[in-house]
Amino acid sequence: MASPDQARFAALLAADRDRILAAWIGALKAAGTVGQGRITAMEMETQAREMLGHLVAAIGEAGFDAKAPAYGRLRDGLAEISRTRAMQGFSPSETAAFVFSLKRPLHEAIARAEGLDPAAAAEIGVEASVLVDQFGLLTVEAYQKRREEVIIRQQREIAELSTPVVKLWDGVLALPLIGTLDSERTQVVMENLLQSIVDHSAEIAIIDITGVPTVDTLVAQHLLKTVAAARLMGADCIISGIRPQIAQTMVHLGVELNVVSKATLADAFAVALRRIGRTVVPARPAASAQG
Amino acid sequence: MDRIPILKMGSALLVTIQVDMQDRLAMALEEDLTTRIAQTGARGVLIDISSLEIVDSFIGRMLDSIAAVSRLLDARTVVVGMRPAVAITLVELGLTLTGVATALDVERGMALLGERIAGAEGFDAGDIL
Repeated sequence: MASPDQARFAALLAADRDRILAAWIGALKAAGTVGQGRITAMEMETQAREMLGHLVAAIGEAGFDAKAPAYGRLRDGLAEISRTRAMQGFSPSETAAFVFSLKRPLHEAIARAEGLDPAAAAEIGVEASVLVDQFGLLTVEAYQKRREEVIIRQQREIAELSTPVVKLWDGVLALPLIGTLDSERTQVVMENLLQSIVDHSAEIAIIDITGVPTVDTLVAQHLLKTVAAARLMGADCIISGIRPQIAQTMVHLGVELNVVSKATLADAFAVALRRIGRTVVPARPAASAQG
Repeated sequence: MDRIPILKMGSALLVTIQVDMQDRLAMALEEDLTTRIAQTGARGVLIDISSLEIVDSFIGRMLDSIAAVSRLLDARTVVVGMRPAVAITLVELGLTLTGVATALDVERGMALLGERIAGAEGFDAGDIL
């Protein structure tokens, strides 16, 4: 609940609203966040006006208790603004400055206020500072969260992009794996490969792990799962591109891959061609063809 | 109760599963198939599951046990046309059906069956199918 002093202060704020808003927007403009093509002065003003309205209403209702339900609208509004700022390419400090630049206008309003005794005014000044700080932190947190979401989405996109299935020959597919294999990526890889097996009605799939930096028991297990699933669909898998150091590590770790494995993609392709009954022969030189 | 039809083609039996497999249906299929193998002296069983969208561990185990029973009666089993989602599910369930041969479609499955039977008999595949 708001104390009598706080209620009086809230009333003063409500009366002084236009001046505070003007000072706030002045500070925002001086900070240079407006007018770089990311946000118009108009939008900024609308947001500031709305937030100030929520703040004044909340102070009148619940005093300076930032956790009170009365502050819910302000919290949601600020979180939404921070998320948008993150999308628009603002830096974290620019985002936080939106809230922090309200501090000076609030203090000026307290100094202007009549009918508050000096001790109460000082107390309210401190409380208002703490409040603004809390909301500043909230904006930074919301901003950070949004950025993390972006990173997670990008990770997912990279995982999808980095697992292409290429057709080498009729009925022969290759899957060049690059980067570390974790469970999530294995799932994507497996789905892509199995779907391609259906689409191309491929009999043989070559999984090339030249670009996989380390093969531990977990990665081996993931590889084996993929191989088993492909076999269930009626396609054989060949694993190629196990580098010498990795082969040594695997043996030392006791990792066993009970599948056909070849040193290079070329060797694996040769095996695949033999399985489907094809051979590669050197083209006859033109001279001997004539003779 | 519905039963899954079993067709005889040469010395092979052809089963196409086109409905959702319930446990009782699966058990009936295993029983029918065993009887038919014994009656006809079939040398191969081809199970087409290309329309099967949902599997559970029971169906997976049933496929395995059909293969085992057929082997006892001297018939080879080939499962064809498994969907990617079904394959992933079976692998996640730990059922890799090591005793069952697989092929991409019915055509290749028949060819594989021919080879297997010929390999076991020392005949040319054309003589049998």
